[in-house]
Order: sequence, then structure tokens, then C-alpha cells
Amino acid sequence: MATMPASAPEKSAPARLRRVPLFQRLLARPAAGAAIIVVFVWLVFAGISVASGSFVFLGLKGTLSYLDVAAQVGIVGTSVALLMIAGEFDLSIGSLVGFAGIVIGILVVEFGLPIWLSIIIAMVATTCLGVINGVIVVRTGLPSFIVTLATLFIIRGMTQAITAEITNITYIPLGRDRVEADPIAWIFNWSGGPTGDLKVSIFWWILVAVVGAYILGRTRFGNWIAGVGGSASAARNLGVPVARVKITLFALTAFSASILATIQSMTFFSADVLRGRGIELDAITTAVIGGSILAGGYGSVVGAAIGALALGMARIGIVFASINADWYFASIGTLLLVSVVLNNWIRRRFAGIR
Amino acid sequence: MTGTMSAPKAESRTRTPLLEARNVSKYFGAVVALEDVSLAVSAGEVVCLLGDNGAGKSTLIKILSGVFEPDGGTLAVDGKTVRFGSPRDALDAGVATVYQDLAVMPLMSVSRNFFLGNEPTTGWGPFKQFDAVTAAARSKEEMHRIGIDIRDTDQAVGTLSGGERQTLAIARAEHFGARVLILDEPTSALGVKESAIVLRHVIAARNRGLGVIFITHNIQHALPIGDTFTILSRSRHGGTFRRAELDANQLHRLMGGGEEFAELERELAALMETPLATEEAPTPPTDVTPTGS
Repeated sequence: MATMPASAPEKSAPARLRRVPLFQRLLARPAAGAAIIVVFVWLVFAGISVASGSFVFLGLKGTLSYLDVAAQVGIVGTSVALLMIAGEFDLSIGSLVGFAGIVIGILVVEFGLPIWLSIIIAMVATTCLGVINGVIVVRTGLPSFIVTLATLFIIRGMTQAITAEITNITYIPLGRDRVEADPIAWIFNWSGGPTGDLKVSIFWWILVAVVGAYILGRTRFGNWIAGVGGSASAARNLGVPVARVKITLFALTAFSASILATIQSMTFFSADVLRGRGIELDAITTAVIGGSILAGGYGSVVGAAIGALALGMARIGIVFASINADWYFASIGTLLLVSVVLNNWIRRRFAGIR
Repeated sequence: MTGTMSAPKAESRTRTPLLEARNVSKYFGAVVALEDVSLAVSAGEVVCLLGDNGAGKSTLIKILSGVFEPDGGTLAVDGKTVRFGSPRDALDAGVATVYQDLAVMPLMSVSRNFFLGNEPTTGWGPFKQFDAVTAAARSKEEMHRIGIDIRDTDQAVGTLSGGERQTLAIARAEHFGARVLILDEPTSALGVKESAIVLRHVIAARNRGLGVIFITHNIQHALPIGDTFTILSRSRHGGTFRRAELDANQLHRLMGGGEEFAELERELAALMETPLATEEAPTPPTDVTPTGS
């Protein structure tokens, strides 16, 4: 444009299109609502922190604590957001976290396999369960909510039953020495920093979120994800391999569950059938706070990461503020409701979607 | 492909059709959805496929676009028999279908919609990326060409009007090498102005040498743009007619709704004659005691 002579003005656009200011364009991003929410949550707990004279929440230790909590949810939250954008759900992730941990535990303790090999086998096995989730959803055409609710019970139940059969208990200690001697366990349980509170989970979270955001925003596959969620039949008519996209995302979700399970079992030096309980709802909450819509076709990985941050802040902030932790769920529920309303309003008002 | 597209229009009448359905039939259990129906479209021709609801239009389209395989009869592209096992096969043969309400994703941006399934990429191997810059530039160009000026191809398709969305879907199909466009009721949900946008674009596509199969039950939309008219009536072929051979009344009759329509006209006319309910003789519906609940 700059090289054009002044006498040749740009062809005038139709009147209903106006140039929008930068802040409006930022608000048109799907993650805008989540960003507002997280600032709000931080301000609330920072305020309580200052008012009560205890600055733990604002300090390094407090920050790293909520980052760790956020990371644990965020690792699975990324793939759950991608799945939701593709129009599907996975309620079975929590049970997959328990399953993956128990596979590691049984292989190490009962079969004497090295930890690194057990981790790899557990990840492969868990990912296979994700593929099965995906295949059932695609083949039967049933809502994934129902399918994965069923597999949630099946996987959790079988994990518990088989563990009880083999070990008589539902908790398998791995042995601290054995974990510390393993060549790759540090990838999942390293911690450091001046206070020792900088957990490796935070780096996993960042890695997973960056990869997820890259896939969604910068690859063909990412475009297919949004297309499949927008309308599976239209995407199919345009030649998008709908079934493959969905199955791949179910596999990715299960894989991310196995990463979280490995982090937990290497950190606590144990496996427990009950691990990961409720994380499916946390993950869906972060995706929704992050601007993804339940019907699919629209959403953001960055938003889900910010949503996880808000969740972590609320959980830890309540503890540091010496508020009864029972209030956590009530506050998360409120946060979820407020952000859905906010996200809807922003989408109508600033993205101009009718 | 460009060779056939630039061929003079006059020739197209006598040339091999681009796409042909030869005596196709389709059954769903005991239901006869389509029985012995033939249809052909040549380059630079608009074939209007007309029929009442349930006449088998959708089934025929789905066969032509690779969603269903026919139980009897064959398809031919450029005179050669083909088998479409999937919509992808049809697309590869240059047959693109634009469905009425399934054409675009309202929440996705214009450029992402335009290139869905055909994304341009840059880079190599695992770092192969969706080329957002090219996608934005090319989709802006295409949108401009079809007369929709948008400042920002990042804006959601949901911000476009219904007619513009249909036009986008048509332009997209053409951009990706379609030689035959199948348009499934593209105007049925649109207002007059919006329909005009789409109809104008259909003629433009025909004049560029595409074959168009235009499905509608709106005779007002079919008559001005059709070169030939194929009628489906109760799952069977109701005849194929040239533009000059027909007028609106004949079309109505042929669509199987002719007698019913005339009957309806008489009935409505009679109703119009009925005097208005006056204040002296009210028929209060409130007196009727609800029987349910």
C-alpha cells in the first residue's frame, strides 16, 4: 500500500465493516475471557494475602505451588481442549491416570521390570485405551459423553479389581531407592529452584501446551480439528478424515493422562488405583473457562492453559488464605459459570458471530 | 482440466457429459428411494433437478457425490464408468457438492474455512505448517473475485450473510478444481436478495465452463438459470426438458404437484371469499375447556 500513489486510494470496503481497535481484536480471541478471569482470581487472592498480612500467595513459594497444581490439570487440559474443539468429550481420563500408574506399579513390583521400561509400556497401553475410546465413538456414532462415561467405570473398576487380585491392596509402593536409581525417572520427578518448589510438572505443562497450541493453530491437522468440531459431515464432504482426527485426539488425551500418571507415581514413589479421580471434570472446566465451547468447532489451547492457571490459583489461594478448603468447589463452580457467560458475551460482542 | 473449461459453450451440448448417472437405483430395505433414474450434465450447462420433498433428490445427490453407492445403474465421468466409494473419490474426479446448511463452519475464520481439507503448507517433515499467510492472501483474493470484500480473512464466517456463505462454498469448490458443482437447495433458506447473490454466482460458474446440477423445489429460482430440467417424481424419472420446452405451469404439473397445486389454489381462493369473523359473531376459543393436563 505504501508504494501506491496517493491518487489511488484503497477500494472502499462495505460500510458494515469497520476497522476495529487493537483491544477489540484481542477480545475477539477465544482466550480473552480466560485472561480476564485469571487476572481477577489473582487480584482476589493477592488482595486477601495483603489484607491478612501473609504474603505467601504472592511469594515464589506460593506461585510455584499453584503453578504445580495448574500444571497437573493443564497437562491433560490441553488435549481435552483439543478434543472438545473437535466436538468430543473424554470422561475417562481420570481412570486412565489411575490405570497408567497401576500398570507401572504392577510391572515394576510384580514383574520386576525396570521403571523406564514400565513407563514406556504403561504409556503405550494407556494410549491404546484412548484409541479404543475413539474407535467406539466413531464406529457407534454414540455421544462420547456416554461412551467415555462407560469406559470410565470399566477402566477404573478393572484397574481396582485386577490390582486387588494381584496385590491384595489398591496401593503399590515402588520404593524410593528404585525410583531414584532409574535413568529416566528424573524427567518426571525433578524439582529444584531456591526453595525446591519448582516442579518438573510445570515444564511438562508448558511443553504440552506449546505443542497443543502449535498443532491447533499452525498445522493442517489443527484446522481439521476445528472443522470436524464445527460440522463433522461438512468436514467429511471436504475430504477431511474425520474418524482419524477423532481417534487421534482420543489417543492424545489418553497419552497425556499417562504422562500425568507417570509424574505422579515418580513423585510419590507409588501407584494408587484412585489417582486422577475428578481430573476429567477439572480438565473440562479449564477448557471451558479457556473459551472452548461444548458443541465443538471453537476454542483455544492457550485459553485452556490460562484456565488451568486460574484453577490452580483458586485451589492454592484458598489454602494460603486459611479459608476452609471446602469452599474450593463452590468457588470453581462460580468461576466456571461466570466465565461461560463472559465468553459467550465476548464472542457475540467482539467476534461478531451471529 | 483448463482445456475443457475454456472450450466454447456451443460445443458443450453435443459433447460427452462431464458427469452422468445412468439408470441408477437405490433401495433402503423395502423402501425404493430411487428407481431407474438418469441424469447428465455437460460443461457450461445448468441442470436443474426438481422434485417435491421425498421425490429422491437427496438420494440422487448423495449417489453423485459419493456418499452412497447405487444398488443399480452406473456413474460415468467424461463418458467413462466410475465408482465413487467416498466423497473424496468424487472430489478427486472433480465433482464437488455444496450442501445447503453444511457448507461452512460459522465459528471458523474465512481463510480456514476456505482451505479446510486442502490447506496450503510450508516447511518440511514434522515442521510442516499450515501456511496462514498464503491462505489469507488467496482466500481474500477469491472472496474479492466473487464480490465479497472482507478486510480481514481472520473474521469468522459467522459474520457473513447466508448468501455470502453459500457463495464462499461454491467459490471454494471451484477453486479446488471442481468441474461439476452439485448445489443442494442453495437458496431455500435465503431471502430474495441473498438468493440473487447465489443465482448470479451460479450463472457465472456456468459461463466459466462448469457443469452445474442445481437442486431446488423453487421454480422461480430454477427457471431463469436452468438449461435443462430433470424432474423426479416419487423416486422415478419424471422427464428431462430443455429450457425452451417449458413454462412454470408445466413445471409445476411435472413436479407431481400440479393437480394438488391447482386444487390448493381453488381452496385458498374459496377461503379468501369467506367473510371475516365479526364482533357480532365471535368464536371465543376461551370457552373450550382444556381436556388434557
